[in-house]
Amino acid sequence: MSDGPDSHGPGPIPEERDGDPNREAGGLPERHRVRPERERPGDVDPLPEAPPKEVREGQERRLMNAWRTPKGWRYWSAVNNSEVGLWYTLAAFAFFLFGGVLALLMRVQLAFPENDFLSADRYNQVFTLHGSVMMFLFAVPIFEAFSILILPQMLGARDLPFPRLSAFGFWCYLIGGTFVCGSIFFDAAPKGGWFMYPPMTTDYQPGVGADIWLLGLSFIEIASIAAAVELIVGALKCRPPGMRVNLMPLYSWYILVVGAMILFAFPPLIAGDILLEMERAFDWPFFDPARGGDPVLWQHLFWIFGHPEVYIVFLPSVALMAMIVPTFARTPIVGYSWVVLAAVGTGFLSFGLWVHHMFTIGLPGVSIGIFSAASMAVAIPTGVQLFCFLATLLVGKAAGRSAAMLFILASLVTFVAGGLTGVMVAVAPFDFQAHDTYFVVGHLHYVLVGGTIFPIVGGFYYFYPLASGGKRLSERLGRIAFWLLLIGFNVTFLPMHWSGLRGMPRRVYTYPAGLGVDTLNLISSCGAFLLAAGFLVFVWDVLRPKGKEPTVPRNLWNAGTLEWLAEIPDRPWGVRSIPEIDSRYPLWDQPNFVRDVDEGRFYVPDAKEELRETLVTSVIDAQPQQCLRVPGPSFLPALAALFTGGLFIFATYHWWWWAGGSGLLGLGTILVWLWTGAARIPEKESKDVGLGLTLPIYLSGPQAVGWWAMTITMIGDMTAFISLVFGYLFYWTVHPEFPPAGLADPDRLLLLIGGGASIAAWGATLLARRWNRQDRAAAFYIAAGAAVSLALGGAAALTAAPWRAGLDPTEHVYPAIVWVLAGWTVLHVLTGVIMQLYCVARRLAGRMTARYDADLCNVTLYWHFLALTVAITTATLAGFPLLAGTLP
Amino acid sequence: MNDARHDPPRPDPPRPDSPEGDASPELPERAGLLWLLAFSPTVWALHLLACYIPAAIWCAKFGTLGRLQIYVAVMTAAALAAIAWTGWGGWRRHQIGAGTTPHDFDAPIDRHRFLGFATALLSGLSAVATLFTAAVFVLAGVCD
Repeated sequence: MSDGPDSHGPGPIPEERDGDPNREAGGLPERHRVRPERERPGDVDPLPEAPPKEVREGQERRLMNAWRTPKGWRYWSAVNNSEVGLWYTLAAFAFFLFGGVLALLMRVQLAFPENDFLSADRYNQVFTLHGSVMMFLFAVPIFEAFSILILPQMLGARDLPFPRLSAFGFWCYLIGGTFVCGSIFFDAAPKGGWFMYPPMTTDYQPGVGADIWLLGLSFIEIASIAAAVELIVGALKCRPPGMRVNLMPLYSWYILVVGAMILFAFPPLIAGDILLEMERAFDWPFFDPARGGDPVLWQHLFWIFGHPEVYIVFLPSVALMAMIVPTFARTPIVGYSWVVLAAVGTGFLSFGLWVHHMFTIGLPGVSIGIFSAASMAVAIPTGVQLFCFLATLLVGKAAGRSAAMLFILASLVTFVAGGLTGVMVAVAPFDFQAHDTYFVVGHLHYVLVGGTIFPIVGGFYYFYPLASGGKRLSERLGRIAFWLLLIGFNVTFLPMHWSGLRGMPRRVYTYPAGLGVDTLNLISSCGAFLLAAGFLVFVWDVLRPKGKEPTVPRNLWNAGTLEWLAEIPDRPWGVRSIPEIDSRYPLWDQPNFVRDVDEGRFYVPDAKEELRETLVTSVIDAQPQQCLRVPGPSFLPALAALFTGGLFIFATYHWWWWAGGSGLLGLGTILVWLWTGAARIPEKESKDVGLGLTLPIYLSGPQAVGWWAMTITMIGDMTAFISLVFGYLFYWTVHPEFPPAGLADPDRLLLLIGGGASIAAWGATLLARRWNRQDRAAAFYIAAGAAVSLALGGAAALTAAPWRAGLDPTEHVYPAIVWVLAGWTVLHVLTGVIMQLYCVARRLAGRMTARYDADLCNVTLYWHFLALTVAITTATLAGFPLLAGTLP
Repeated sequence: MNDARHDPPRPDPPRPDSPEGDASPELPERAGLLWLLAFSPTVWALHLLACYIPAAIWCAKFGTLGRLQIYVAVMTAAALAAIAWTGWGGWRRHQIGAGTTPHDFDAPIDRHRFLGFATALLSGLSAVATLFTAAVFVLAGVCD
């Protein structure tokens, strides 16, 4: 059974071509002329004739007016994916260089035994920040940045569905990242390692460093989740008509998988951050064994995030390979379905590995065995995708030779080496020896540099013309950088395997002479400078002025996917018209494709109202559903990010009033942003998007992108909540008696009243939605008012339950975890109240009606999840103490 | 604009799996079939938790796995049955009509086959990973 390559595809060798853009019309295989299922609304041919020239010029003028990038200082209010994606990419790259400088400092310090270039304390800050910056400020954001930049192009969309959300995420990231990185210049950086293990970070590091890490990075994690929401909805709902799931570019498959992984991986860390920060700021003893806490809970929460994180940063790079390899092999990918298997399979299995970071903490043999086995199983899907790429290269003619391809090949080799040492450390007895030594440092850098950074550098060489207005990177500099990076990398990290096996521990600032690691460390340090030289060449290539160089031809590499439709120089509207897709490689397979797109023969060739518009399609078959209007430039997202950042940054220093004020301003800004920008009632019901298709402008409920965004956000929110509930149950497993005797339980009656009232508020919200739909205004206001009152009453009762029972969260972990669960729920109920009041105000202002009820639909959806949260909290807090009495 | 850089596709004979050769049964979009992709891996995940959590609790509370092996055997059988059922369904969808991979036609039937095939592949992987978990209880089922 093979999922072999197609028999179609481009010719093996790029030929000299004449200047006629239409020449590909001749000699097409028969299959391209047969278009089955033509009766489907989205499955139509482009216009047979181009519109007259003056009509096209009018269309282009209106499109330009709609999509024009703001000028001057207002440039920074841009929200379009091409601007935000570019800033995001550059910022991520700047943080990468910063992390690289930190690495060089470490290598200087370790070059010689007993060196005193850095003090122990400074060294701790440097390695902590190096790991944190590379993981949180480079590896994950660069994927999001790149995807925001490229994904809409790849999907033939004009923009992602929530451009302002992307901008908000970017500004959060920039503010939070600068805050965390800046700390080292004030000798205040975190120094507990990128994993922040307590009790080191609770009892032995009193400075603000750990708080900067916890709050600064939590803030950035929120931005990551925002980007994940945006990208998932983009990949599911903004594909061009006809791009069924079997025709999606593999990049979109990986985006979907990685977005979903972020939703399930980051929230446990956010939950852990909450607990650790509560312990540091308010002395709630979650990780203090003297008062019933357990540091192992942090390790679980951290690594449930931390291991998938490795795959979250690795899979997007594989996605880049999946786009670059077919282009240079000049053939469609071999084993498309197998690559999808690998993407989805790796995404799942990566969540079953987290305990392998904890093999040495004294877990039962059976636990170690389960995670050791899973760690080996994940090698299967990981290997499958690499074999698919190799097969594609073998099947194709590999006509293209380019620096981009060199980096992809280097990545395959390096990553396989790192993967093999990964299987070694998955073997628990070996791990007991190698744990916390430089062997692991060598392993993880082979995986991350080989698996992530080399493809990203390759991706720069490949995609550069799309982001630079048609300039390209130098092949000659690319080759120099390639050899410097490849040799420098191996000289740096290969010796670490030996220094580790000889017993050199990680995270030590120096070592005595004569241990047998002196030479190995010196070699590593020399290699590090070679590696740095390679990056300098690369950075120079990216940043050097290229004004005098000629622009490259359109679709420089002769690729088959939609992002290469981009005109040179790029136009702000993205695609001139949104095409109908019949193939995985439309630029290779669809006749006259580029001409038809450029001449506006497909959908939405015009912006009659001079508003930004793109198409929303169905999830499976990408049938057109909506002409979505996306918002234009605004400073509100940046302002909201600034105030939200203030909440986190002031809280780091315990300036509570400032933090609270900043948080309120942030909330106000977000409300203004939503009020003025979201769910606007259009001037007409539907509009003609071309090719005889008329689509609604406004949708609510499960067809609307906002509904999907809310669902996805709330899945992430529920994951964080479940992580907290897991904490509660975890404490039960580690205590002989939990809840412990002698400690009060929360007031059961108040809990039941609070839970009941909150769930009744959910019911009233449902009624409000129904009565609004029936246009019964009075009934709507009564139901909404009842919902607000019930929710406020419920929140009060849920707060009173632990309070009236006299639970002191600093006394023991039991009252502390009860307070956290109750507090989480109450905060969510109060957020729900704000949403209900927002809907009431919208209706009063005439911005929400019986027909245009997206706001209320989304708020109801929020309340569905909230009802589940309330039910679980109430059941756990009120029910578990009763149940625990009967358990062992 | 240098649009001339597009290679002409190679002419090739129509493939036997071209959709016009199919009866093209009515295959409306069913989101369920997309989410079904994730079903077998989800079964694996639930099986992993259903084995790991009791094992961890038993080791923490009793210091021995006791008769947990039997429970794990039952869970494994149930998980494998669910995975096999899903995988078989996927395989059958993959084989509808005369279609063979790579299932890349712009037609509902090929989308249907593709989702079936991917479901079958993921079921195979999930079955292997589930057996890996179960094997631990046979080979290393101790609390020490």
